[in-house]
Amino acid sequence: MGCGELQKSFAGEGLACRRGERRVFADVAFALGPGGALVLGGPNGSGKTSLLRLMAGLARPEQGDIAWDGTSITEDPAAHRGRLHYVGHQEAVKLALTAEENLAFWAQMRGATATAATALRHFRLEHRTTWPARYLSAGERKRLGLARLLASPAALWLLDEPTTSLDTDSIEILLAMIAEHRRGGGCIAVATHTAMPLPNAQTITLALSASGRPM
Amino acid sequence: MSAFTALLTRDLRLAFRQGGDVANVVAFFALAVILFPFGVGPDPDLLARISAGVLWVTALLAALLSLERLFDADFQDGSLEALALMPVPLEIQVLAKCAAHWLTTGLPLTIVAPVLALVLHFDAAGYPALIAALLLGTPVLSLIGAIGAALTLGARRAGVLLSLLVLPLYIPVLIFGVAASEAAALGLESRPHLLLLAALFATSLALAPWAAAAALRQALE
Repeated sequence: MGCGELQKSFAGEGLACRRGERRVFADVAFALGPGGALVLGGPNGSGKTSLLRLMAGLARPEQGDIAWDGTSITEDPAAHRGRLHYVGHQEAVKLALTAEENLAFWAQMRGATATAATALRHFRLEHRTTWPARYLSAGERKRLGLARLLASPAALWLLDEPTTSLDTDSIEILLAMIAEHRRGGGCIAVATHTAMPLPNAQTITLALSASGRPM
Repeated sequence: MSAFTALLTRDLRLAFRQGGDVANVVAFFALAVILFPFGVGPDPDLLARISAGVLWVTALLAALLSLERLFDADFQDGSLEALALMPVPLEIQVLAKCAAHWLTTGLPLTIVAPVLALVLHFDAAGYPALIAALLLGTPVLSLIGAIGAALTLGARRAGVLLSLLVLPLYIPVLIFGVAASEAAALGLESRPHLLLLAALFATSLALAPWAAAAALRQALE
């Protein structure tokens, strides 16, 4: 790693990922400074989610390393988990709990004391606070999942297809939130196959690798 | 509120709000026990002799019945992935989930068991030992069960696989649980058996969360 790269707060080098017998991608690198944004593009199955999962520490790269402030994330996984928010395909919403209970639970798990009300209001869910999540529409559930980003602070946001089933207003809210997060020095990595206008964002476009290539 | 209590409260809240779960386990336990007088006949001596064994075997099966949902619901809706990314260690979270599982299965089974013991003409002298043995043994069922539930996560026909995996591991609990209950009913010392159950409890409390958390990480990768 050169001197310049040491100043980057979140970086990965020479990353390769394998799912089962198939190599999904190889030799992927990225480097994000404070306020940096990374947009992962590419067709379905090209490994956008896999790369996000590597960044979250949910899976280990086959090759390469991911580092935060020059220290590999595998050295202190708990500290890495403490600094990130990962919002995946699934909303991780419990249908039997109310919107507020769902959100408050995830905030408590991260040791945050702030109430869920502000985060809910931000996503225009304040009139749904006491509704069991099973009565929410798909878009509202998605918004409830995204509201976790605001319910507790984290320096790194990893978002997997965050705009799925969101209406245009909600996408605007999300983009404003991301801009606010970046102004505060936070990093973000988004996997998406729809255009997301993020200013000064790095882009990695993953290609579909030859399927079933023997390893 | 600490992460442990947050997860414990959430699981209890889910169990009670979705109703059914606790009632199913208790109803299965009661019905299965009540089948025995019909099956072997109403002879009080015979029933009294098999009563401890019947209570323990059916309690084991009732606990097994509820194990599948221990991690599966969280796995399906993405919560498990999110939980694995919380700063608090997964081992602590497994422990919280086991505690919630015990409060919604082991504890209700322990409360209902003395009533069902009556149906089986279980000797009155054995009640304290029976309850003590259940209090020590049922948490072990939840803890060992958590390993099985984590290992079979995402597998097809996970329920069958789970019972094949977990039931053999339940045998020590069964042996000492029945021995403690029977010894007291026969007027013998039940303390050694209870101590062995306590040892099983302590061992599984120390080991099961690690094993289950490792299996969960494997399932998520």
